[in-house]
Amino acid sequence: MTVESTAARTPRSAGSGSKRAAKTVSAKKDSAPGRGTPRGKSTARGKGGAAGSGEPELVQLLTPEGVRVENAAYDSYVADLTPDDLRALYRDMVITRRFDAEAVTLQRQGELGLWPSLLGQEAAQVGSGRATRESDHVFPTYREHGVAWCKGVDPTLLLGMFRGVNNGGWDPNTNGFQLYTIVIGSQTLHATGYAMGVAYDGADSAVVAYLGDGATSQGDVAEAFTFSAVYNAPVVFFCQNNQWAISEPTEKQSRVPLYQRAQGYGFPGVRVDGNDVLACLAVTKWALERARAGEGPALIEAFTYRMGAHTTSDDPTRYRRDEEREAWEAKDPIKRLRAFLESEGHADEGFFAELEAESETLGKRVRDVVRTMPDPDAMSIFENVYADGHALVDEERAEFAAYEASFADEPVNAATGGEAK
Amino acid sequence: MTVKKLPLAKAINESLRTALDADPKVVVMGEDVGKLGGVFRVTDGLQKDFGENRVIDTPLAESGIVGTAIGLALRGYRPVVEIQFDGFVFPAYDQIVTQLAKMHARALGKIKVPVVIRIPYGGGIGAVEHHSESPEALFAHVAGLKVVSPSNSSDAYWMLQQAIQSDDPVIFFEPKRRYWDKGEVNTDAIPGPLHTARTVREGTDATLVAYGPMVKTCLEAAAAAADEGRSLEVLDLRSVSPIDFDSVQASVERTGRLIVVHEAPVFFGSGAEIAARITERCFYHLEAPVLRVGGFHSPYPPARVEEDYLPGLDRVLDAVDRSLAY
Repeated sequence: MTVESTAARTPRSAGSGSKRAAKTVSAKKDSAPGRGTPRGKSTARGKGGAAGSGEPELVQLLTPEGVRVENAAYDSYVADLTPDDLRALYRDMVITRRFDAEAVTLQRQGELGLWPSLLGQEAAQVGSGRATRESDHVFPTYREHGVAWCKGVDPTLLLGMFRGVNNGGWDPNTNGFQLYTIVIGSQTLHATGYAMGVAYDGADSAVVAYLGDGATSQGDVAEAFTFSAVYNAPVVFFCQNNQWAISEPTEKQSRVPLYQRAQGYGFPGVRVDGNDVLACLAVTKWALERARAGEGPALIEAFTYRMGAHTTSDDPTRYRRDEEREAWEAKDPIKRLRAFLESEGHADEGFFAELEAESETLGKRVRDVVRTMPDPDAMSIFENVYADGHALVDEERAEFAAYEASFADEPVNAATGGEAK
Repeated sequence: MTVKKLPLAKAINESLRTALDADPKVVVMGEDVGKLGGVFRVTDGLQKDFGENRVIDTPLAESGIVGTAIGLALRGYRPVVEIQFDGFVFPAYDQIVTQLAKMHARALGKIKVPVVIRIPYGGGIGAVEHHSESPEALFAHVAGLKVVSPSNSSDAYWMLQQAIQSDDPVIFFEPKRRYWDKGEVNTDAIPGPLHTARTVREGTDATLVAYGPMVKTCLEAAAAAADEGRSLEVLDLRSVSPIDFDSVQASVERTGRLIVVHEAPVFFGSGAEIAARITERCFYHLEAPVLRVGGFHSPYPPARVEEDYLPGLDRVLDAVDRSLAY
């Protein structure tokens, strides 16, 4: 369900008098369906406000059984999807899950030091990721493997930091996909600042900041909400509420449903079925379109479940029951789209078999790349500490090179690596 | 040649104006920097001339200011952030240390984050708690950051120009109690490198090393010492990360004695690092241990006793006496 945002927009335009704020109350928005805040059959106001009361409804276009349900507010955002598009979404989710499973296996085999699995969150990531345009910029957490896939980042590049050969191995400018951020919530501020820059540039693009349920407790996230609202920045906060922040359930983070936080900051918040790829696609498209149109930020809470452990170092049996996981299995994002594709006659056995083969090929490529991924040269420690160089780094590099060279019997890599001063 | 006599604060204002004029990607942001012109009026008049999108009044949230500045830098901007007072930087410390300092390395050099963070620092203005601190060592300890502090109007103008042009994050500590000291600024000059020290008084008996607000104190001490027949050399370090150890070494090799002076607490302060490095480099030239004069291991005290806490001329000369007594 949605939270009406007029309460928020009114003071912004009335109070600041700025040009950008004034833009948010254009008549165009009110007349065009899909602009502004779509509303379902009822609002969540007065429902589920306090912990313990009934959970609010969520935007859903595809039931767990794979039945397409109408939604007057969001249907238009997926109306032009062709069977090809639907199969492509299915492929994205299957490939993402296969890649993720391969990474977990590689960790178990000792090839990776750690892996944060996205199992169960494929729809939230693929739906939101496919809602972005090429010019939209993404600021991920460390679990956005599916979004990375949608933005065209080679999956093998995601593995370097978890193998320990780098701290982020892809170029953030190539695919509009920033590096993973490990400190919880920090990236929401970067996304907001980036979006402020997009607005200053007058560019026709938007920014997506990914975060989790635990991150909503961080001060940086609160500040990102404030800054984005005050500057009307074109940023969408996509919160995957996977119910668990390591061992702490969402009840330990908030007394209200997370999407309702948005109202207090002055922008709309929507809860969407995070295991429904069509709903995630539609709601994110809506939020991105209004952001690009100068209507400011939005918060999307994708209600989903972390089917696996927090990371490969975690043991969820210490803090949650199997029954909970089993209940979420019935809502699996991939199964439900498959059921829909089959019932609509959009995919046949040949498609699924071909996809299976493609997934296995990717799995093999990932294995091969990881196992042959070279360790960095020790001298790389001194590289890229500064863009313009630093006398102390130069001095320590030279000292370390001399120290290494002192082991006469063990030839070392030449101390040639280094940054220009 | 354009030479103006400007108070240090006004020199920073002129420098910001020059940068805003020269590069449309430069933006100034912070609390009260727009309409008010900053609590010290350092940004006076800039918003009026460059608009609200280039001189940005921000919400009162330091982490938010630095975090969004990082985002703007990733978008290609060159944000110059003002933290209103030294003691208010700590909400932003996480963003500065875990993000700003590390992003260039994290991206294997593929991104640059040219953010300048201006911080009025130091005591001596009779302020309340959190308004008089000298936290430079906390930033110098972090790889990826550069830390500088001008002591006079000319350096304030030029070092800020260079900090803004730098592709690295720079923490720019402004000696707030010297904001009103006037000095000549040649805006057509060709400045020397940002991270080099400068000899501001030559001498032969001992070397005083200082930066920011303590340079003036050391010059006064050297003048007083001259009356007693002692010749002190004074080095303005200008940069705390990196430190120009070559210049300090060259001076100490001549004088044989070194006293490092800063307002920050002595314990784990920049003086400790300088003492260690210079002891390594100049072991056979030293006639006495390197001595340090600075703040105590106490919270910055209430204003009525800050004169006792801050290094003054007498405490500097006391250290000179102790050094010469070896």
